[in-house]
Amino acid sequence: MTAHLSWNLVSDVRQLLQFPFMVNALRAGTIVAVVAGAIGYFMVLRRESFAGHTLALVGFPGAAGATWLGVNEGFGFFGFCILGAVVIAALPGGRAREQSAVIGTVQSFALASGLLFVSLYHGFLTGLNDMLFGTIIGITSTQVLTLLIAGVIALVVLAVIARPLLFASIDADVARARGVRVRVVGALFLLLLGIAAAGTSQVTGSLLVFALLVAPAATAIRLTASPVAGVTLSVVIALVVTWLGEGVAYFSPYPIGFWVTTFAFALFLLASGWRALADRRLAC
Amino acid sequence: MTAAPAEVVTARDASVRRGGRVIWSQVDVTVRAGEFVAVLGPNGVGKSTFLQVVLGLLAPASGEVRVLGGEPGHANRRIGYLPQRHAFAAGTRVRGVDVVRLGWDGDRWGVPLPFGGAKARAARERVDEVIDLVGASAYAHRPIGELSGGEQQRLLIAQALVRRPDLLLLDEPLDSLDVTNQASVSALIQQVCRSQSVAVLLVAHDVNPILPYLDQVLYLAHGGAVIGPPEDVITADTLTMLYGTPIDVLRDRTGRLVVVGQPDTHEHH
Repeated sequence: MTAHLSWNLVSDVRQLLQFPFMVNALRAGTIVAVVAGAIGYFMVLRRESFAGHTLALVGFPGAAGATWLGVNEGFGFFGFCILGAVVIAALPGGRAREQSAVIGTVQSFALASGLLFVSLYHGFLTGLNDMLFGTIIGITSTQVLTLLIAGVIALVVLAVIARPLLFASIDADVARARGVRVRVVGALFLLLLGIAAAGTSQVTGSLLVFALLVAPAATAIRLTASPVAGVTLSVVIALVVTWLGEGVAYFSPYPIGFWVTTFAFALFLLASGWRALADRRLAC
Repeated sequence: MTAAPAEVVTARDASVRRGGRVIWSQVDVTVRAGEFVAVLGPNGVGKSTFLQVVLGLLAPASGEVRVLGGEPGHANRRIGYLPQRHAFAAGTRVRGVDVVRLGWDGDRWGVPLPFGGAKARAARERVDEVIDLVGASAYAHRPIGELSGGEQQRLLIAQALVRRPDLLLLDEPLDSLDVTNQASVSALIQQVCRSQSVAVLLVAHDVNPILPYLDQVLYLAHGGAVIGPPEDVITADTLTMLYGTPIDVLRDRTGRLVVVGQPDTHEHH
């Protein structure tokens, strides 16, 4: 790669955009960041991070299996994540299932199956790395289109259920009494979470999905208690860390997953520090 | 209307079963507009069940129950309901105003358009008005998880009131509060009851914080019920008759009532 970072930002961006693979990576990253930022906000509010993490891992055997069978990897991610969401939604116990040992067990089985598919398909060790930790190379235009369609569907559904979802997330009993179908809304949200996890996996890899699904939302929630501002901020942070991460990954020898996660983590630390200071000032 | 205020809740010889067991029977109740009524009785006697019947979530096994001029459940949009609850988790970082706003349109699909004009303004004004009514303006913009139990309870009452209900059902709203807050929230509920002429059915297991404000008491015990003004119902004679065992009602020098000798129903099964 002949990439040279200079102080001229315009020429840097021009360098970034001269290769189609990089344009596709930025397109995919942008779509994924918006979806993960918005859906992640509700996931953090609902304390369903464990379910989100599981769905992300379930995508890995999906992608590995698809590659083994010669199918588009993206379909593997989406198919398995959505199926996983359906299974988790069908588990009994409502909120209690977040602590469920069942989810943990399914998680390890998912990873193990992924590994099996990888060994059945001999010799794509670099592919394994990309599935787990992300890559900026090799995102096809078909993949971008799939991400765009899935992302638009997810955001439209999220907009439709947003108010009952918020109500059910912070006060399920009162919401139920007001006629909100709490279970239906929760199950729909898990499907959205599956779509978000599948999409994000294709940029950050299965193991680092939380860089975009949790970190921006957790950062936003520390900075504002208004839901509208929270969702907006979460999306903006996810976009910024994705663009920064992809840009720096292009100019550096280190993988995108590391950079996106590092920027997201840095912002999270800053926000947590600011929150702690603000709370102490309030307490005085 | 020059006659008596409209009947909001009536029950005629109503009984309720749950899992084959009769919870209570022969309950006759009339609650009129603007009345403050407490539902009292020992643990496990079916006080919350009474609210569920009023909401239409549970059908009476016999007798007749009418709510706001129709079958229970038909007019739930005109009822503000606050279920028995625990406090919000300390980490809940959503503002009080947002919680109140959810009472206005949190059950609707879709999102309101940004800068949505007159409708959005009306919603915002109503939310501010009702927050002001419960005296929560000073902390309504702070995250609800960081507020005290009393502050949270005031905001939840505002949430139940925001759609201008004709009937307010409150299930043990004083339960998690300290004595000072019990007194001030009770006074608030009565003030709301009078100024908004909304009927209030409040489940409590201690009558004392609300005693000065009550119009009627519905006392459930031993599968039956008595209703009337508190000074008629909470007496040794009435409660002895209701329980079928000797009950004493003692009054201390501050006017607090203590019911002595009541068996807790849940100890029997």
